[in-house]
Amino acid sequence: MATTATVHAHAAPQGFIRRYIFSLDHKIIGLQYYFLALSAVFVGMLLSVLMRVHMVWPTASIPLLGDIKPETYVMLVTMHGTIMVFFVLTTAPQGGFGNYFLPIQIGAPDMAFPVLNMLSFWTTFVSFMVMLAAFFVTGGAPNHGWTGYAPLSAVPSAAPGEGLGADLWIISIAIFCIASLMGALNFITTILDLRAKGMTLMRMPLTCWSWFITAILGLLAFGVLLSAGILLLLDRNIGTSFFVPGGLNFTGRLAFPPGGLSSSTTPITHNGGSPLLWQHLFWFFGHPEVYIAILPGMGVASQLLSTFARKPIFGYKAMVYAIMGIGILGFVVWGHHMFMSGMSPYTAFSFSIMTMAIGVPSAIKTFNWLGTLYKSRIRLQTPMLYAISFVSLFVSGGLSGPFLAQPVLDIPLHDTAFVPAHFHLIMGVAAIFGMFGGTYYWFPKMFGRMMNERLGQIHCILTLVGTYAIFMPMHWLGEAGQPRRYSQFTELAYLQKLLPMNEFITYAALITVAVQFIFVFNLFWSMFKGPKASDNPWEATTLEWTTSTPPPHDNFGGKTPVVNHGPYEYSVPGAPKDFIMQTDPPTAPAH
Amino acid sequence: MATLSPSVTIHDPLTGRGGRGDRPPISDGGNGNGGNGSSPDFIRRLRRARVGFFILAVWVSMLFISFTSAYVVRKDLPSLNQNTNQLGKDWIPVDLPVSLLVVNTVLLVGSSVTIEFARRKVAQRMALAPVGAIPGIAIGREKTNLWLGITAALGVAFIIGQWLAWGELNNRGFYVASNPSSSFVYVLTATHAVHLMGGIVALIYAICASLLRKAIESRRIVIEIAAWYWHFMAALWIYVFALLAFVR
Repeated sequence: MATTATVHAHAAPQGFIRRYIFSLDHKIIGLQYYFLALSAVFVGMLLSVLMRVHMVWPTASIPLLGDIKPETYVMLVTMHGTIMVFFVLTTAPQGGFGNYFLPIQIGAPDMAFPVLNMLSFWTTFVSFMVMLAAFFVTGGAPNHGWTGYAPLSAVPSAAPGEGLGADLWIISIAIFCIASLMGALNFITTILDLRAKGMTLMRMPLTCWSWFITAILGLLAFGVLLSAGILLLLDRNIGTSFFVPGGLNFTGRLAFPPGGLSSSTTPITHNGGSPLLWQHLFWFFGHPEVYIAILPGMGVASQLLSTFARKPIFGYKAMVYAIMGIGILGFVVWGHHMFMSGMSPYTAFSFSIMTMAIGVPSAIKTFNWLGTLYKSRIRLQTPMLYAISFVSLFVSGGLSGPFLAQPVLDIPLHDTAFVPAHFHLIMGVAAIFGMFGGTYYWFPKMFGRMMNERLGQIHCILTLVGTYAIFMPMHWLGEAGQPRRYSQFTELAYLQKLLPMNEFITYAALITVAVQFIFVFNLFWSMFKGPKASDNPWEATTLEWTTSTPPPHDNFGGKTPVVNHGPYEYSVPGAPKDFIMQTDPPTAPAH
Repeated sequence: MATLSPSVTIHDPLTGRGGRGDRPPISDGGNGNGGNGSSPDFIRRLRRARVGFFILAVWVSMLFISFTSAYVVRKDLPSLNQNTNQLGKDWIPVDLPVSLLVVNTVLLVGSSVTIEFARRKVAQRMALAPVGAIPGIAIGREKTNLWLGITAALGVAFIIGQWLAWGELNNRGFYVASNPSSSFVYVLTATHAVHLMGGIVALIYAICASLLRKAIESRRIVIEIAAWYWHFMAALWIYVFALLAFVR
């Protein structure tokens, strides 16, 4: 009894299905998440291209789709946002890279609960399928935006997509909440309980710290979203009044659920619900969700900057506390999404102050990144290009944050293109750049081959220029008053002069999307034809580079690593090489 | 002339609270031997399961915290009366079937006690396992499953009781959609009941694990976590009941 294998409870399975489909191995599950997100990102990108095309050429007929009607346009907005936020930004950095590299980086053989891990992925998969199914039901996908604002989302007769499509949307999100619980449970337990000997919390790579804090954020946020979703489903289908106010008039009829109320209930109209209640519940989840998307990217950027600058990360502890600070502050700022809701100026003021306080840990991180780069011997390999681009995008996107954090500025800017410009740069593109950087950096470990450097560099430069070309002008469009979410504005006189700029953005978007096929080509081509990678091609220090490439089933081939060093010991004076692996024997004198 | 010594029967020892039956020693840095005949692997698994339980409890708590906050906010919201066109409160305090709910509470708290018996029985059983392995020594019949079964039955009784309470609410004219107050009563009680059903599934799994002769260490972990979850559910119900009864 006492001699059961303490390292790996489950042996390496043999059959294809157990090995690659219903696998318990965190590495396979990580790849499953990664490719799920990769497919989702192409769906999301296609939707955004359709939106951009429709904005500039509203009368253009799309092959297979025909004319884009206003309700189709808002459907595109909704599904683009939902798919990108949930199935790309939440899934790939945490579920994908986190699953694959968290156990290896802390020296564990697997996640704490492998079965739960598998269930978590397949639940996410089901959730994605349910979400995609919303496209194909009568009325199509919902029109209520990724934020699902009531009463539009709460009344099935409100818009064409608000019938079955909206129900599927809510159910998909609810399933996603459950999946995220299982993921968070695994991540937190793994970090608390499965660290290798010597791997103290303050010796964890910053990637692990960011996955840890992200998991805690997900744990606290997704339960709230699930409760809001349950109430919304009841409002839609049972006739309760949590979010639907009385006297609501949609298309000339009082709002009733479809098919009338069930016989066991007294038929009544909706009465007295509060759309604001939905907004509060949603944004209590929604703001931490933003950090769920960006924190892993920050972790990857820190890891890459230190590795390729051949310098210890500047201010490791400050970085850790900044991640925590961002996580904690993320829970007290949700009101800044609701300045338009007529909240009391005092409430708005406090939310505003708290929001601007997030600038402090964010600035700590930014300056520490710059401090890491300062006077370093930078190796400009592809992952490093992405890490530097990440910092650039994070700063550019972040700088518009303090503007929007102030009610007096947010109120005129809120419903303009300024806001999409802001959040796309900081949480969309920056997070995606974190994933790109992670892909180029960890690809040799995951697939045993190197990606093509030249293609990687071309892809990075073109994508960086392309995304700036898309989102920088959007700030100016917003300041000029171009509204967001409008399906068509070319007939408005005051927006006529903005049309050339919009055309420019659309062309930039088309080119940037096309450039992504370079990445996909590089990814799949290198998987089979890339040059063989050594165990530590980047001369990095963390544990994943101590094991063979690709890692064996239990990550370290039956051995348990012992950690003697911090995660970023580069260019240590007196050391034989310019990096000290975390598992290297301790250096003789303490300092 | 003693010919054959009868086989010795040892009854379940009375292990003290906080003794080895209750709380496993914390391993030193993950590699040390816990002693007491339990393997370090078991201690690590148990600790891991407990951490997982606490994380689950946080998540479930967040669900109920957000329901509570919605409840409190919605209670005091003014709404438009469509007949008089004036703002007023539409919150009608629910006439709860209090006595029935008190009976349900007693059932659930009672089940919390019985599962604690089960938890201690299996811990003692595990402590006795090395003794039981000595030939000629029989340790008394195991009563863990009995207590688990009683707990599950009480849990089912509680859910039936909740069902009856819903019927009583219907009789009193409080349907799911009659009033925001009654909507919340149904949402909170139903969400709690669904979570409790999860607990019943865990109990059934624990009983099956015993029938399938799974290792005592695995059973101990399952029962341990099921017990903690069950206590959590009981506390959660008391909270929900108090919220509905006192914040009206």
